[in-house]
Amino acid sequence: MLCRTANELYWMARHIERAENTARLLDVTYRMSMLPYEAIEPGLAWAEPWAVPLITSGLATEFYERFPQLTAENVLRYMILDTTNPSSINCCLRAAREAARSVRGAITSEMYEDLNSAWLEARVQDFQRIQASGVSEFLDWVKMRSHLFRGVTFGTMLRDEAYHFIRLGTHIERADNTARILDVKYHTLLPSAADVGGAVDYYQWSALLRSVSGFESYRKIYSDVITPRRVAELLILRKDMPRSLHSCMSFIHETLEILCDNDQDTTEMERAAGELHARLMYGRTDDIIKEGLHEYLMDFLDRIYELGGEVNKHFLVPTY
Amino acid sequence: MSRLYYDEMQAGNGSVRSHYQPFADWLKRTTADQIAHKREEAERAFHRVGITFAVYGEDAGTERLIPFDIVPRIIPGDEWRMLEQGLKQRVKALNLFLHDIYHDHNILKANVIPAERVLGNTQYRKEMQGMDVAGGIYAHVAGVDVVRAGEGEYYVLEDNLRVPSGVSYMLENRKMMMRLFPELFGTQAIKPVEHYPDLLLENLRGVAPSSNEQPEVAVLTPGAYNSAYFEHAFLAQQMGVELVEGQDLFVQNDAVYMRTTRGPHRVHVLYRRVDDDFLDPRAFRADSTLGVPGLFAAYRAGKVTLANAIGTGVADDKSIYPFVPDMIRFYLTEEPILNNVPTFQLRKQDDLRYCLEHLAELVVKEVHGAGGYGMLVGPAASSAEREAFRSRIVSQPEKYIAQPTLALSTCPTFTASGLAPRHIDLRPYVLSGKTVNLVPGGLTRVALREGSLVVNSSQGGGTKDTWVMAD
Repeated sequence: MLCRTANELYWMARHIERAENTARLLDVTYRMSMLPYEAIEPGLAWAEPWAVPLITSGLATEFYERFPQLTAENVLRYMILDTTNPSSINCCLRAAREAARSVRGAITSEMYEDLNSAWLEARVQDFQRIQASGVSEFLDWVKMRSHLFRGVTFGTMLRDEAYHFIRLGTHIERADNTARILDVKYHTLLPSAADVGGAVDYYQWSALLRSVSGFESYRKIYSDVITPRRVAELLILRKDMPRSLHSCMSFIHETLEILCDNDQDTTEMERAAGELHARLMYGRTDDIIKEGLHEYLMDFLDRIYELGGEVNKHFLVPTY
Repeated sequence: MSRLYYDEMQAGNGSVRSHYQPFADWLKRTTADQIAHKREEAERAFHRVGITFAVYGEDAGTERLIPFDIVPRIIPGDEWRMLEQGLKQRVKALNLFLHDIYHDHNILKANVIPAERVLGNTQYRKEMQGMDVAGGIYAHVAGVDVVRAGEGEYYVLEDNLRVPSGVSYMLENRKMMMRLFPELFGTQAIKPVEHYPDLLLENLRGVAPSSNEQPEVAVLTPGAYNSAYFEHAFLAQQMGVELVEGQDLFVQNDAVYMRTTRGPHRVHVLYRRVDDDFLDPRAFRADSTLGVPGLFAAYRAGKVTLANAIGTGVADDKSIYPFVPDMIRFYLTEEPILNNVPTFQLRKQDDLRYCLEHLAELVVKEVHGAGGYGMLVGPAASSAEREAFRSRIVSQPEKYIAQPTLALSTCPTFTASGLAPRHIDLRPYVLSGKTVNLVPGGLTRVALREGSLVVNSSQGGGTKDTWVMAD
């Protein structure tokens, strides 16, 4: 397959996945903003719940350049509609559709039509409309479009290289995004230290679980109260949880092995993927908690970023 | 006023021509609501499928739908047979002409065509002189524009031999009509066109440079912002070959390779939809970023086939067009089956004088123009437009030709005020390789403005499905 085509497919998938996860991130923020909180230092903007999605996406600086004030509306505008934010939901849907358009020949016509109609609907959105029909309803629509696209891909596409690059893009993006969503809790403050393990703490964890569609799974697996330790286990180490880091890494590792089948030597890319996979396969929740969940997640984000760089070098941006 | 023109559906006495009867019956028994519903369904489907073209001169990336009309243009089987023979004959002669002017110049030596008209033409590529191309074929894909003026009376308006486009609309229009009117296809013998991509691929493989490998074919596009990008992607997908841009290719030891995720991969035939000038910055325009450095050297070395060949523009140039009937006589010793439109060459004093006196009756075109840009339709133009054009002609008469305004046939078309006659043309696609072939039909374009004779999509034209009936 052409390197350019592989690159477009990979980014098409990443953009759709990013749109979905941005919706999830906004969803959890929305849920948490409805719970009581108290800024430690009143007036300190970043302590507000609406600062959290900006911090975990690494977009706080850019946001404050565009909007002087941190309000729910401004964050939603920036993260959903803003054309200067390449990670906004609209930009992601547009980028995915443009990528699909430039590699139409490599995907099925159903896939293109699906992304095209998603974009045709998204481009006429404005804040008034979103507000009128409800922010949650819009975020659900974004998630639904992503589900639809995955379903169309799964149901119509030949299992060829193109399919594997799409799968690779989806899971690299998802691994990154799940780590960021999980990190939301670290940045979200409780009314007071005494509330650790209390009702608000509980609701925050359950909001986070719901945002990654993990609430019911949690109940099924643990049939017990929600504890941070178990949430970390579910979203990091459990292989059977489709948005967990382990599950993503397992897909990534497997996909890279398929894509490299004719290579003689093990590349740095395969080694790094294997190592990261092994750490999740054999990791222990206790060790993660001991290291600190936030620190663990930051380290994971660095590693997945580096792996993305290796994928680039090996497949997407040829050096010959 | 429609009676002045030949109407494809209705005869002069108002009766429906027999090959249109089943469609006329359908129209009669279908309510206005149902028809409106069908038209909306078609528009929605075209949008969703993304069958769009980019419009130049507007914001980058502006995409539009070409309006689609649900009334088909129907051609009786016997008329098609005549058209088919005439088109094959014409394209054969044009390919022989191209081979000749890039080799021995026989037609120039015989004074059938003035030598300077060919050799001094800006579309003549000196680089191609003496070079052999695979199979001696230059115009692998020709889009010949044909119009009907009367009963059995067809004229060729233009031979498009560079990178003719529109065939994807022919295919998508058919798909749409089969979806909208399955009952009409079920009860009538309408000849299929869907095998066009297979014919094209077979044709392209047939002109690969001789080698032991299975020839690898790719479609070369200028990229997603080109007006015909949809078509490039569509054809690559339908043929099951790669769609490449210049940046995806490189040349090593005169062979052309694609950059793939598994390393370099050889390409043997490029169905290129990039203009000559932009193909290779080393050989042609140095500022081209769409091309592949070294591609022309590879082409000269016979390691890759370009379809169409470089330098075909000289044969579809409007100053050469008047000589096509003579080419047919010269190379094939046959009489032309299809007519040329009588053409005034304004480089000639007499023709120029006549033209300036009859500007209101004539169509004036730029010799090197295309796409309906830079032309004057005398009867439709305002006197101010005519005067502006007149001064352009007088200052550079050699840049223009003029033709009588043809009474283009009309076909009933849905308009804001209901069904009304609109002028149409026809572009069949003739494929040349080991054989000369075409699918029965082509792209029918329709001028949607009342009375307009300009069918180009860039000038507000629409399209229709074209049905060739089996007898």
